[in-house]
Amino acid sequence: MERPEGWADEAKLDETTRLDLYRKQSAIRQFEQRAYDLFLQNLVKGTSHLSLGQEAVAAGFGAAMRYDDFSFCTYRGHAHTLVRGASMTGLMAELLGRSNGILAGKGGSMHLTSTEHYAMGSYAIVGAHLPIAAGAAWAAQERGTGQVAVCFFGDGTTNIGAFHEAINLATVWKLPVVFVCENNLYMEYTPISSVTAVEHPAAQRAAAYGLEPLIVDGNDVDEVYGIATTYIERARAGEGPALIEAKTYRKGGHSRADPAKYRPPEEVESWLARDPIDLYRARLLELGFEAAVLDDIDAQVLVEVNRATEEAKAAPPPSKDLIYTDVWADGGSQWRN
Amino acid sequence: MAELTYRDAVAAGIAQEMRRDDNVYFIGEDVAAAGGVFKTTGGLLETFGPRRVRDTPISEEAIVGAVMGAAMAGLRPVGEVMFSDFFATCWDIVANQVAKTRYMTNGQVTLPLVLRSANGGGLRFGAQHSQAVENWAMAIPGLKVVAPSTPADVKGLLAASIRDDDPVVFLEAKSLYATKGEVPDDEHVEPLGRAVVHGDGDDVVLIALASMVPKALEAAQRLRVEHDIGCRVVDLRSLVPLDMSTILEAVGATGRVFTVEENPRLCGWGAEISSIVAEEAFYDLDGPIVRITTPHVPLPAAETLEDEAIPSVERIVDTVVKEQ
Repeated sequence: MERPEGWADEAKLDETTRLDLYRKQSAIRQFEQRAYDLFLQNLVKGTSHLSLGQEAVAAGFGAAMRYDDFSFCTYRGHAHTLVRGASMTGLMAELLGRSNGILAGKGGSMHLTSTEHYAMGSYAIVGAHLPIAAGAAWAAQERGTGQVAVCFFGDGTTNIGAFHEAINLATVWKLPVVFVCENNLYMEYTPISSVTAVEHPAAQRAAAYGLEPLIVDGNDVDEVYGIATTYIERARAGEGPALIEAKTYRKGGHSRADPAKYRPPEEVESWLARDPIDLYRARLLELGFEAAVLDDIDAQVLVEVNRATEEAKAAPPPSKDLIYTDVWADGGSQWRN
Repeated sequence: MAELTYRDAVAAGIAQEMRRDDNVYFIGEDVAAAGGVFKTTGGLLETFGPRRVRDTPISEEAIVGAVMGAAMAGLRPVGEVMFSDFFATCWDIVANQVAKTRYMTNGQVTLPLVLRSANGGGLRFGAQHSQAVENWAMAIPGLKVVAPSTPADVKGLLAASIRDDDPVVFLEAKSLYATKGEVPDDEHVEPLGRAVVHGDGDDVVLIALASMVPKALEAAQRLRVEHDIGCRVVDLRSLVPLDMSTILEAVGATGRVFTVEENPRLCGWGAEISSIVAEEAFYDLDGPIVRITTPHVPLPAAETLEDEAIPSVERIVDTVVKEQ
């Protein structure tokens, strides 16, 4: 792919940005590994969908967004919510169904939301949030706030109607929204390539909506940050939406019950050799960052994850009164007098 | 007061709220330049301009999704779904996203939005453009469901729906669009969740919604004159919130309950009301609760078939006379 003019040059990233990108990835990795451990201990019920292996996408975009840009993500959304600044304790406690959960236990793993950080929700029906993100972008455009909406989704979403409806509307209305397809090669258990008319499920559809075909290495956080910054700022400047396809790979299965045995071993091996955090650490060391600085970041994150775990485990379950709260804006659930 | 059609009252209600609040926007298919396929929204584009009144592609998920996202981000949008049957094409956004998000997020997200739609039969359009879907919406926790029967209520209830901080499904009876009535010229807002009682007969209560209200009123008149049966008619106006206290009062005053429903039989709103009346006012009843509904069929197109399927004045009168 041709590098568009003005694409932020990752070779010029400053030290603070680079360490932030490292820290964000480390936080996602350690948080999710802990979430997985807590599953194995049966402390997390229901299901969960981990981003292990895909950290660079959430981290790169998270770092590129303005604090008040809207983000919309999927049921695989721990990472995207975390990078906006949501409380790690609140997120962990939500997974555990505790009263100090970020949604007080009412949403669970697949619906993490922190509107105070403009993380506008995790949507668990494939495709639904693309038009919703377009709507938030429409409001930002009309109100002149300068906010951009960033909408993450998986490769499987590119075959559902809402994807096409949303991108068409966003283009026609020139909305400030960046659509980010995280192509991890598998929908749930089925390879996207086996059910899709084109090789690059998002990028090759872009032309149908008058958009550039954009593909980025989703395991290279500098590349992700570069393309994210470029297209978020273009959208902010009134130049309309973008559709970016980030090629990446999940280390594990679709959800907690899935051992992912449908993937060829050599494919798994080649992607695991391109672990985004290992790659980034090696790059930073090559650039002269000290190992001790990076180790220190990892250690600080571990302290945070430990604290979040302990605070979540120590909290009581939610009050049963919550069943009846917040159906309506008056705080209650009355439907009759 | 001016005499307006039910259809003109739609534009009057939206215009009143757009004038009052700059955050009110209106989008849908053919709603702006064409003024709506039922001519309900004519003049809004000219008055409020192309940014606030906007045509969309034929993309119901995009319409409802955009309305939801905009409501999350500071607007108070109104979206039109041209025919209520088309809610099926965007029901995920309505039922899973719009309805559930406030609850799932423990109140973080507020969705002040209205989804307007032309509902029900009577225009010989056949099964895919004629169904009364109020019971679909009523079955989903998190949606308010409003369905006016008069031009004045179209304006007043639409205004209240737009001002409401919760999502409202606003169902206009397409068979009533040409009907006329007095509508206040000045600001007019009718609170949601308040039924209106017509008449003070003490033999029978007919409980009706939207298109069934004028039929129930005509039937009540004939029952009084031709059969000496005294009726009162409850116009529900909204299913959620549901004004049960007005219903129960009318049950107490009459002792006989007939629901008049355009929706297909199974799980129609009358079933819920019947169940509540049976639980809470059983000893006020002098006889069985009777539901007069469209049968449990998709609606047929031909005049004679459609008229036979939807409850008619004759069917209401005959049923009451027979059962009373």
